[in-house]
Amino acid sequence: MTLLAFDWAFLLEKLILIAIIVLASLGIALYTTFAERKVAGALQDRPGPNRAGPFGLFQPFADGLKLIMKEEIIPNTSNKGLFILGPALAMAAALMTCAVIPWSSHIEVGGHKIDLQVADINIGVLYIFGVVSLGVYGIMIGGWASNNKFSLMAALRGASQAISYELAMGLSLIAVLMISGSLSLKTIVDGQMAAGGFWNIVYQPLGFIIFFICALAECNRTPFDLPEAENELNMGYHQEYSSMKLGFYLFSEYVNMIMSSAVMASLYFGGYDIPFLDESTLPVNTAAILGVVALLAKIVFFLFLFMWIRWTIPRFRYDQLMHVGWKNLIPLALFNMLLTGAVILWQQG
Amino acid sequence: MQALTNRRKEVGREPMTFMERIYIPSILKGMGITFSHLFKKQPTIQYPEQKREFSPVFRGLHVLNRDEEGRERCTACGLCAVACPAEAITMEAAERVEGEESKYREEKYAAKYEINMLRCIFCGLCEEACPKDAIYLSETFAPANYNRKGFVYGKDDLLIPNPKTDPEAYAKAKGEPRTNN
Repeated sequence: MTLLAFDWAFLLEKLILIAIIVLASLGIALYTTFAERKVAGALQDRPGPNRAGPFGLFQPFADGLKLIMKEEIIPNTSNKGLFILGPALAMAAALMTCAVIPWSSHIEVGGHKIDLQVADINIGVLYIFGVVSLGVYGIMIGGWASNNKFSLMAALRGASQAISYELAMGLSLIAVLMISGSLSLKTIVDGQMAAGGFWNIVYQPLGFIIFFICALAECNRTPFDLPEAENELNMGYHQEYSSMKLGFYLFSEYVNMIMSSAVMASLYFGGYDIPFLDESTLPVNTAAILGVVALLAKIVFFLFLFMWIRWTIPRFRYDQLMHVGWKNLIPLALFNMLLTGAVILWQQG
Repeated sequence: MQALTNRRKEVGREPMTFMERIYIPSILKGMGITFSHLFKKQPTIQYPEQKREFSPVFRGLHVLNRDEEGRERCTACGLCAVACPAEAITMEAAERVEGEESKYREEKYAAKYEINMLRCIFCGLCEEACPKDAIYLSETFAPANYNRKGFVYGKDDLLIPNPKTDPEAYAKAKGEPRTNN
């Protein structure tokens, strides 16, 4: 009866890990909304929210409470099932990404080795791309089910934008995969940590810039926030949403930001690698915790970059968006891919 | 054509150069500008706790003045109501009777004196028109209210506290002594 023999400790370990990561992602996302408003304030010479609690630290809870207490309105002419499915899908897709991100190496508890990664699957990068593409369905379904022309137009914009930029994103990613020779995020990070190796950003500066621009577009962040262009489309695809359904849409944007920051940090900036430090000299658990801190620091840096860009650059026009995506980024990404391949071939002699 | 101001700028119609077309340098420049604002001093005033200092000529809510002995100065002559461009002031006069000499300075006084703060434009012409120095504009402004009636200020709201019976409140209403008026 070996089929029934099941490693319950393994299940427990993974469940705890999932709970911690999901809760941590939500918590960070909660405070990212707060940080966004603070950064926006600071960049515009004003203090930002500072009334709720010390330095306004309870502001995200006040916002959340406000959203939950609001009346839930489902338009009569909407497709009710899909209307509810939209935000749920957006949120689920945003959170699912965190399953394959390696948060740190591994810790040892009572002789038990625990990887700080929910699932080290050998197609981790592909999984992320698949799930991120699912996130577009949240926008499309929500926009279509609202039965509102502005929502529908915003959803169409979101879908076409996501398709256009995913191509360039994937092409710039292929160059990274050629260097690391693996689709597993853990292997990619370990490859960058290896002694004498550099972070992928050193080999792939152009690829990173393309990937970063595409990540902005995938997260619907300024300058690519056409799906929720307030002044043209009245808030875009979530115009008919209210209460916590709206909250889920807004929140999933921040979770997406965190996840794309984590992916960028893992792919190009060595993930949980601490620069100029050989982690193998440290005790295992210390190294693991320092690794988490290093990854979080990199995530925070990228989040700040996202916000900084948002409060600097105005939105692209729709034709400019398509022009940049198809005529500039994709040829550049293809060129980057060819160049990387040529250099790798040349080095192998 | 002659320019009206010297600030006119010629609009360039030539195609963008390569550096302009790749956007990135100008985006980085813009991000540099926003980043420098992180370290600028914020002009914010935390309103209910901190208040901005008003200019010495600030014109706020009206105050009906009393003389040193605490008698109302207003004689209900109506000059302020005539001067008022917004027609915000209404009043009713009454004659002083025996025994009211300590309340009213002259034989005639205002039995009713109302200013509609929603009509008032705080121009200060009433202050200038008054021959008796009975009305002047203070440094406070009208607080919010739930209904329109609340903005019609009567004598209770406008009269300055009596310096004889309530010197502390009087001093507070008068505000800090100023050097430049």
